Amino acid sequence: MRKRTQNIFVRRTIFAAAATFLGTIFALPLVWFIFAPFNARAELGLAIPSPFTLSNFATVFQNTFAMQALLNSLIQAAGGVVLVGGAATLAAYALSRSPIPGKGAVTYILLLFSSVVSGSAAMVPIFLIISAAGLIDTHLAVILVFAGGLLPTAMFILRDFIDAIPRSYEESAMVAGASPLQAFFDVALPVIRPGIVVVVVWAFVNIWGSFLIPFILLRSDKLMPASVAIYSFYSEAGTPIVTLLAAYSLIYSLPVIALYLFVNWKFGFRFFGGIKS
Amino acid sequence: MKKFSLLSTRAGALFLAPASALVGVFVIIPFFWVIFVSFTNRTLLGRTAVDPDFVGLQNYFALFNPATFFTRGQFGFSLILTIQFVLLSALIGQALLGLLLAWLSQTVTPTLKSFLQTAVIAAWILPEVVIGFAWFAFLDYDNGTLNMILRGLGLPPGDWLLQQPFWVIVFFNTWRGAAFSMMLFNSAFQSIPPSYFQAADVAGATSWQKLRDIALPLIRGHVVTDLILITMWTFNVFTPFLLTHGGPSYRTEILSIYTYRIAFKDFEFGKGAAVGVVIMLMNLAFALVYLRLAHKKPVEAE
Repeated sequence: MRKRTQNIFVRRTIFAAAATFLGTIFALPLVWFIFAPFNARAELGLAIPSPFTLSNFATVFQNTFAMQALLNSLIQAAGGVVLVGGAATLAAYALSRSPIPGKGAVTYILLLFSSVVSGSAAMVPIFLIISAAGLIDTHLAVILVFAGGLLPTAMFILRDFIDAIPRSYEESAMVAGASPLQAFFDVALPVIRPGIVVVVVWAFVNIWGSFLIPFILLRSDKLMPASVAIYSFYSEAGTPIVTLLAAYSLIYSLPVIALYLFVNWKFGFRFFGGIKS
Repeated sequence: MKKFSLLSTRAGALFLAPASALVGVFVIIPFFWVIFVSFTNRTLLGRTAVDPDFVGLQNYFALFNPATFFTRGQFGFSLILTIQFVLLSALIGQALLGLLLAWLSQTVTPTLKSFLQTAVIAAWILPEVVIGFAWFAFLDYDNGTLNMILRGLGLPPGDWLLQQPFWVIVFFNTWRGAAFSMMLFNSAFQSIPPSYFQAADVAGATSWQKLRDIALPLIRGHVVTDLILITMWTFNVFTPFLLTHGGPSYRTEILSIYTYRIAFKDFEFGKGAAVGVVIMLMNLAFALVYLRLAHKKPVEAE
């Protein structure tokens, strides 16, 4: 019996050591990021700042181009999120509650298309459609392309969500004399809200972090989102201005971290992580 | 009793309209348009930008030309590189590591578990350009953290982005994406009744035996889901571009980066579209397998 307890102890230690080791390996490439933003003399090497300073952030806040890029990211992400959230909620509700024939097939085909037409396969036609529409180099181009790309998955998540809500909620409202629209807005919508929050957060994180689409569709500096603008923080010689980049990267990552913590606290992260394009 | 419908067909169609329009224009039309463009010699600039000629299968012949197929910087080279990239970084890297991470998470103390999960998930949720820059610093020859550690251990440092660019993007993608597999397997393990493991404990089973004989057979469905999803994502991922730009000398030019170069650097839209069509066909194969499996009620084996 004692041998076995000993064995379990040894095993536990090995597991703990393996977990610590792997966790450290995963953290290593990011450790530099904890320090560099607060180091006025940051270089690519790992160094504890002495003293800790916020001067890099002050430099970023004075850089109008950098701040404009963050605003652009916000405009594009917010625009995309409004379209995805609104259109997906309406569509998912219709797919769940109306007697439209073939709605199962519709969802299936949309999901299929959205996973086949990925960024790398679709860059040419998306560029062509946007230029044919005369939208190259506009916020709207980025917003619309993301809305189209993210919608099928958003609809799928929300439809599952609405299917799980008993129809009797709206039925009793309609028996009491509510119109279908009232039943949707006043009864169903408040119940669906957590699902919409999940979809909105997911879409926001996707648009906020993405590089390829704005990189292809935008040309002028004043429209660049932070993900593309960050590449202009290089000196004439092509070396990065590390202090500026580090602080800017941290500011740019903050909304994503905050949203992750929010979703984790509110819903748990298990499912939300499930889909990421 | 027949359920009365909550939304008339007409109202339903109205509700569907905005989403249909957006998906139609930006997903479904591109699908057909890219096929059409792949049969033309359309370019970004010049006469053929406005008035492209129909060239039949010429773009496809150029892609599959046996004389140059395997040459660096050509389609075949890129395709094979992508397959290796998917095998190593997704199927072996992310899936196995994710399984290991999830299994470890079940057994270690809560503090250690949250440290492990935070580190793994941070690699996954941060924006790709930030991650790209972090790795650029991490791998820097003179000062980077990796070479600092290697020197500290008495090992020779390396200029990894130049010497081993392919392995860099393999490790990078494994590191970046392992979180998804870990989370999927985490929730899969949690769906197994604890009594199964308790019974095995009483019988004196080792952790490896529990994983092999109890957990894995029970989560077979999750494993398949995971493998297909990460294969599709890795197959289409563009993030390695931020580390290597496909170089040096095309050694990390996976298909997504190859398409970008052909279409937006060389301005050959017709050929770029043909690559896009080939990518879409492969995506279609993965997606059909996935949807077929996902549509069946998840049959948990045994």
